[in-house]
Order: sequence, then C-alpha cells, then structure tokens
Amino acid sequence: MEAAGVGEVRPPAPKGRRERLELFTARIPFWVKLTLVWICIFIVLGALFAAARFDTDLMKEKFSFIARGLTWTVIVSAMAIVLASVLALLGALGRLSRNSIAFGVTGFYTSFFRGTPLIVQMFLIYLGLPQIGAGLGGPWLEILSFDALTAGVLALGLNYGAYMTEIFRAGIVSVGHGQAEAADAIGMTYRQKMRRIVLPQALRVIIPPTGNEFIAMMKDSALVSFLGTVVARMEIFRRAQLVGRETFQNLEPLIVAALIYWGLTTVFQYFQGRLEKRMSKGYVRGAATPAAKPAMLPGPAGGVGGGAMMTAVEALEAGAGPGLEETEAGTEAAIHEHEEEP
Amino acid sequence: MAAGANDVVLRVEDLHKTFGHLEVLRGITMELRRGEVVVIFGRSGSGKSTLLRCVNFLEEPTQGVIEVAGIRVEVGHRTREKREQIRQLRIRAGMVFQDFLLFPHMSTLQNVMEGPVTVKGKSAEEARGRGMYFLERVGMADKAEEYPIRLSGGQKQRVAIARALAMEPDVMLFDEPTSALDPELIGEVLEVMKSLSTELHMTMLVVTHEMGFAREVANRVAFFHEGIILEEGTPEDVLTNPRSPETKRFIDAVL
Repeated sequence: MEAAGVGEVRPPAPKGRRERLELFTARIPFWVKLTLVWICIFIVLGALFAAARFDTDLMKEKFSFIARGLTWTVIVSAMAIVLASVLALLGALGRLSRNSIAFGVTGFYTSFFRGTPLIVQMFLIYLGLPQIGAGLGGPWLEILSFDALTAGVLALGLNYGAYMTEIFRAGIVSVGHGQAEAADAIGMTYRQKMRRIVLPQALRVIIPPTGNEFIAMMKDSALVSFLGTVVARMEIFRRAQLVGRETFQNLEPLIVAALIYWGLTTVFQYFQGRLEKRMSKGYVRGAATPAAKPAMLPGPAGGVGGGAMMTAVEALEAGAGPGLEETEAGTEAAIHEHEEEP
Repeated sequence: MAAGANDVVLRVEDLHKTFGHLEVLRGITMELRRGEVVVIFGRSGSGKSTLLRCVNFLEEPTQGVIEVAGIRVEVGHRTREKREQIRQLRIRAGMVFQDFLLFPHMSTLQNVMEGPVTVKGKSAEEARGRGMYFLERVGMADKAEEYPIRLSGGQKQRVAIARALAMEPDVMLFDEPTSALDPELIGEVLEVMKSLSTELHMTMLVVTHEMGFAREVANRVAFFHEGIILEEGTPEDVLTNPRSPETKRFIDAVL
C-alpha cells in the first residue's frame, strides 16, 4: 500500500520494477537492512552446515571442553603482549638512539624476528635452544629448556615485539620535536621527558595498531599447539583438534573453536574502541573537561594502557563460562555498536 | 642568592654556532644583570633565535661559555657530567617558545605543576598552590582545568609563561613570543611580560619584533646582524639615533 501512496503523489509515468524496488528499500533504515544481511548470512551458513549433517549435539557436548582452552589462549596472549610491548618500547628507544650498541642490537633484533617465520622461531626456541644449552654444558641445558607454553609466549613476544617496535617508534616520532624541547627546557631528564611528556602522547598513536597486533596474536597463539602440550594446558585450537581426532568429526569442534576466537577478538575490539575514545581527551576541542570523564569508562579505571587491557581480559574470562548463545549475542551486539557509528 | 642586586645572572662568552658551512653566531658576548630586560632584534635569519636556543643548549653551540646564575657550562661533548650541568642551567633559565608548546595531554594547571613536581620534587599540594598563584599572575586562573586545545593563542602563551615562571627561574628567555599570534592577541601577552619586569623584577632576554615593547620595557636593546651584535645600548640611543646604517635601515623598515 505504501507503493500506491507514492504512486499518487508522483507523476503517473510507468515505473519499472527495479525503480519501485529501489524507492521502497530506500525508506528502510540502514540498520534494519544490515540486520537482514547478517541474518541471511547465518541462514546460508546454517544451510551449509545442515548439508554437512551438522552434529549440534556433539558441539554442545564438547563446547565446554574446548572453551576451557580459552584460559590458556588468553594467558599465552596476555603474557606475550606484555613481553612484546616491553620489547617494542626498548626496541623503539634503541632505534631512535644515537648509542651505537642500542641501535645495533635493536637493529639485529627487529631484522631477524621480522625476517623469519613465527613457527620457525617457536621451534628454534623450543627445540633449538636446549641444544645450545647442552653444548654449553653446566646449568645451561636447564636454563634454555622451556615447556611448550613458555616457548610459545617467548616466540610470540619476541616476534610481535619486533613488529611493534616500528609502531612504537612511529608513535614516539609522531610527538613533535617541540614537545621534547619544551620538556628539556624545564630541566627534565631523559627518563622524565619520556615518561611524562613523550610516551603519554605517543600512546594515543600506538594503541590502535597495538590492539590490532594483540588481536592477531590471540589468533597466532593457536600455533603453540604445534609444539604439543599436556591436556590440562591445551589452548582452544589444540582441544578442537583433539576432539576431531577422537570423534572423526572435525567440522564441529573447529567451528566451535572459530566462534570462540571470534567472540574473543570482538569483545576485545569493543574495549579497544572505548579506550581510544578515552585517549582522545585533550585533542577534541568540543570534549568537555573533567565532568565527562567518569561516563566514558566505567568499571575499574587502571593506568592508561595496561588497565583497560586487563579489563578486557577479565571480562573475557568472566564471559567464558555461560555458553555459546551468550557469546554469540555479545558478538552481535558489539558488531552493531561498531556499524552504527558511521 | 645573597649577592647584591647588581650580580650577573646570565653571561654569554664568545659564543659561536655553525650549521654546516653557515656560521650563524660569530662570537657573541653579553651579560644580563639581575632584573635587567634586554631585547634582541634584527632581520630574520640573523641568528637571534639561535642565540636564545644556544643559551639553554636546545641547540648545541660550536664554541663558547654560558653561565646562568652561577652554573657555568663550557661548550663541549655532552658527557654525563655535562648533561647534568646543562639540566641545572635549564632549571634556572625559563624558556617561552614562539609556538607555546604546551603539553596537550595535560590541563592548564597540570602544565604549570609539571616542572615543580617532576623536576624539582615538590609535593602536588605545594605545586598546586604555587601553580594557581602563577596562573593568577597571567590572568588564567579561571581556565585552570581547561585543556590547551580549548585556549586561544594568547591564552596558551600566557599559560606557557606561567609554566616557565613556576620553575622560579633566575632568567626568562622569550623566543619571539608574539610572532605566532593574531594581532589582537599580542597585547595581552606583552602586558603579562611587562608585569613580570615591573612587579617581579624578572631578568628577561627577549627576541621580538615588538619595538613598542622594547622602547617601554627594555633596559637595553641589541641589534643582531649576520651573527654578531652590531649595536647595543639603551632603547632611546639605539632606536632613535642608530649609529650603523644597517640598524637605521631595519628600524625605518619596522616602524
């Protein structure tokens, strides 16, 4: 009947089906269309799964077993991102230093760890270092032998630290030279200048790409499973593989694993978005001063970078239990929140 | 500290600075006594700003000696010891930049408190009280909680002056403090600078093109030309009866 109403107002020129359709869909709000698109995608996927005789009972049964790997995925990623951030900061300061030792060592570090595959680095640390330890003799064999998870954390941290060195370097450079001069002029030491003036401003530039690196790392933590771990410490992907081998059904556990990774990264992105908003204080002319602060980030307000990251991790761990439905609902909600912004 | 009112606060001896083959400073020697205001003027590119930046070692001089409030630093390789000397010198020499360079991630009051707290180790309480006092002095107390992005150029520069003042320096260096300002905002900054001299008897070395300020506030003016001080004296002498033809040409062009 809406089409009829339009027909009366407009000139009675004959309209093609296509044009009528265009006019009709133009009135539907964007978010409604978006929801429909998402529903269609899930219907198509559902149909495909049905065709593969999807065993939802197996998924339900094995969900909690696989989801328990979330703890280790999060622990490995969180420890590795802390290591990577520390290395990236030192690396960036080294690359910006005029000290030949600092510049040379960090140059070698970034070149090697960016130039070789992550999986090779993992095996080098897990299998190669003990060999060096054995050659050195004495206590070295003990010192250079790591269990699979530790080796995984070291490799992920070293590898991502090398990439993030460039992010940190660019962030520090983005803080104008004048700011460093202003800090020098009031008599700050190098450390004070970095800690109080340069790094807080650099963080604004560093955080968004670092969030991306963290998301990539949460996924790359699956590589640790190739080193082999005891059942109690298996992360998500290894557990999914194990279920697949045991039941000869691979699709279901892998889908469960993929959904858990997806939920994890989406929740993290949501918190990253909030953190970025908070960091823009002092850079947005319209933003009100102190009064608006509490509204922007409720919950435990920690130090700038690490605090919000830990908030995200805590939320993930809390949300790991309830079940797939809840995780998915959270995913959808977060997606809508993002899509509505533009 | 206990010395008389006539002691030398800033001493520059035979200062040289070369950029590559270009000799920007060709032997500058000058002294500022406590409470004196000296205005340096001259064509752009004559080395005025370089001189100011060399005085607190933001620019590394090629040769010479700088002394601020008894801290005497000879130009040379920056060893650990020399870096500490330079830092002590900078604490005693407040700097105001052409482009303000406030810390954008801090409120106005935090900007003013930063030096006393971080560098001098003052308590936050004490620094807050002193900070508000200095913001009051430059007429910015009502904007204490505001972030720099919400301030006008003139307001920013006044906060920058308060930030330098809060370190309670022996001498203030002004590097073209009004050059980046819209014309209608220049007056408020010059007014504050004038009050520093008349009310606090602050020793000031000012690079500026504001000849009115020089005439009114300066004890001495120095005309900079091709890396040397070509002419120096009281504002009346130099600005009304310049001796060298270069000085005369510049003054005629500016006034």
